[in-house]
Amino acid sequence: MTHRILLPGLTRRGLLTGAAGAATLAVAPQLRSPAVAQKAPLKVGLMLPYTGTYAKLGQFIDNGFRLYVEQKGGKLGGREITFVQVDDESKPEAATDNMNRLVGREKVDVVVGTVHSGVAMAMVKVARDNNTLLIIPNAGANDATGPQCAANIFRTSFSNWQPSYPMGKVVFDAGLKNVATITWRYAAGAESTGAFKENFTKQGGKIVEEMTLPFPEVEFQALLTRIATLKPDAVFSFFAGGGAVKFVKDYAAAGLNKTIPLYGSGFLTDGVLEAQGEAANGMKTTLHYADNLDNPANKAFLAAFKAKTKMDGDIYAVQGFDSAALLDVGLNAVGGDDKARDKMIDAMAKAKIDSPRGPLSFNKAHNPIQHIYLREVRNGRNEFVSIAHESLDDPARGCRMA
Amino acid sequence: MDLATFGVQLLNAIQYGMVLFLVASGLTLVFGILGVINLAHGTFYMLGAYMAYGIAAATGSFWLALIGGMAIAFVAGLALENVFIRRLYGRDHLAQVLLSFGLILVLDDIRQVVFGKDVHSVAPPAFLSGSIQLTDNMSYPVYRLALCGFCLAIAAAIFLVVQRTKVGMVIRAGAENREMTRALGIGFDQINRYVFATGIALAALGGILVSPISTVFPGMGDGMLILSFVVIVVGGIGSIAGAAIGALLIGLTDTFGKVFFPNISSVLIYVLMAGVLLWRPNGILGRREA
Repeated sequence: MTHRILLPGLTRRGLLTGAAGAATLAVAPQLRSPAVAQKAPLKVGLMLPYTGTYAKLGQFIDNGFRLYVEQKGGKLGGREITFVQVDDESKPEAATDNMNRLVGREKVDVVVGTVHSGVAMAMVKVARDNNTLLIIPNAGANDATGPQCAANIFRTSFSNWQPSYPMGKVVFDAGLKNVATITWRYAAGAESTGAFKENFTKQGGKIVEEMTLPFPEVEFQALLTRIATLKPDAVFSFFAGGGAVKFVKDYAAAGLNKTIPLYGSGFLTDGVLEAQGEAANGMKTTLHYADNLDNPANKAFLAAFKAKTKMDGDIYAVQGFDSAALLDVGLNAVGGDDKARDKMIDAMAKAKIDSPRGPLSFNKAHNPIQHIYLREVRNGRNEFVSIAHESLDDPARGCRMA
Repeated sequence: MDLATFGVQLLNAIQYGMVLFLVASGLTLVFGILGVINLAHGTFYMLGAYMAYGIAAATGSFWLALIGGMAIAFVAGLALENVFIRRLYGRDHLAQVLLSFGLILVLDDIRQVVFGKDVHSVAPPAFLSGSIQLTDNMSYPVYRLALCGFCLAIAAAIFLVVQRTKVGMVIRAGAENREMTRALGIGFDQINRYVFATGIALAALGGILVSPISTVFPGMGDGMLILSFVVIVVGGIGSIAGAAIGALLIGLTDTFGKVFFPNISSVLIYVLMAGVLLWRPNGILGRREA
């Protein structure tokens, strides 16, 4: 508090950088000179779910991002990095306030977030309004790199369209012509099953019924009975988290998996395999990552992540890691001077990252272009089967930059 | 829909209704008899499931998890009543809502510290883990059927205690007219704490029993809390039999709603609730205001 009285303009920065606070105060008077100011740490706002349903995902993204920064000695593009954390609790209603707090009060230079699509879309709106550099490390809402796309907004994860689209061909090629879909009635579910349907019907398949239930309800028994009556050749589903565990277990408990194979986008079996146990064995899903991808970047990443956190890295950790890698590319191109915004964004858009997930680049809407893998659940892991779609771009429908 | 499918859906509906009853019965006891709105009821449902996971993982026994989880919940209920809830009797509902909402936040954080944020599952006891073939391609887990039996037994036990024992008589008298019961020198206040603890234990029991067919995850209590309130409002607040009727109605509406009217299934139970309240403002078996 005394600091605030003595140095009103500078203390806030000192307080926020935490451990570095004292050091900042020591060099504070020099900050007024622009040449030195450039060397002040770049402030990264991590707006992620640290509590609530998606808390684990937020934690893994956070760890992945910090791991990359640590590997670069705490610097990206030669610039020191400090963090400001905000727990978005996956609450869309608080998203605008949280984002404004990061940008307005904390004056962060770049925001990284978040998991929940509703929260992310509120962040996108604020970022568009005040031109904040935003990197989305998970949320898949198609709109973020569709109608709402902007030069200052990047995504390092996926669009909801992306992981599900290739499954349409995988299922059709397996000789399954009549398929029922089931998901929660919300944007991610509709976009995911919509992409599957788009490709599946293009191949010549037929969707016999599109079942939905309210988000995030987990009472599936009525619809499982409906599936048993419909007798489709297969079922495509989109669920995540606790709902994914329960759906896969209920599906198996009803004995449906013996006659009607269950497919899904990879979120159905990612991060929840331990809880799904036997019920998930042999399930095939598509995603932009597989646990045992045999490339040097992935092996190095998994080893480093394990050493840092004692936990096994997953796609969320990879997305956090790649968010830092993308920022690194941008800052490298401008020698750490994030005020050279145009040049920095240009470099980020052209980035070619050797990601643990395989080669990663970006389309004009700033959505990833990446391999989508077909995986199968074996030994409690989502193991690589084949590349379902090589370097899949996103159609970025409605984006003016595309 | 052929007869076999209809039968299976009916079974689904009844089984779902039974689970709703189990959780709602504790809520209606506490609300109806103590006059306390306990928003943390759903949180105890979730904690029950997490305790089942924790104890079953540590000891390998589902039955130990069942008894241990209920015992812990009961003791926690006694302690909570002693420290917090007793200050709320007769206070207005806003104070009760605030306190129990605070409990939700605190208990949620305790869960995070003790069990973490992960999704878990619990294995049913070995002899209940099989399934029965119902139609050519659909089977039904034995555990779900056992769950129905268990819920019926609990319902019968509650009914017997409330209607046929001396303690039950005191409870009913207290719910009817608190002041008069006190004036007659009946030890109603001593029984309060056990009613509250029983309500908490029933919520936890619901979570424990559901854990093998559900999944144990942080937000599982939220939806259940809302459904429980719908059940007791439909059935009549404070009435155990009403909770049973309400739970079955909700189970039927939800199950057949999802099948016949998938696009509006999410609002159907609320339409049902509104309809019941128009017809009988105090719920189906609710007491009329004097």
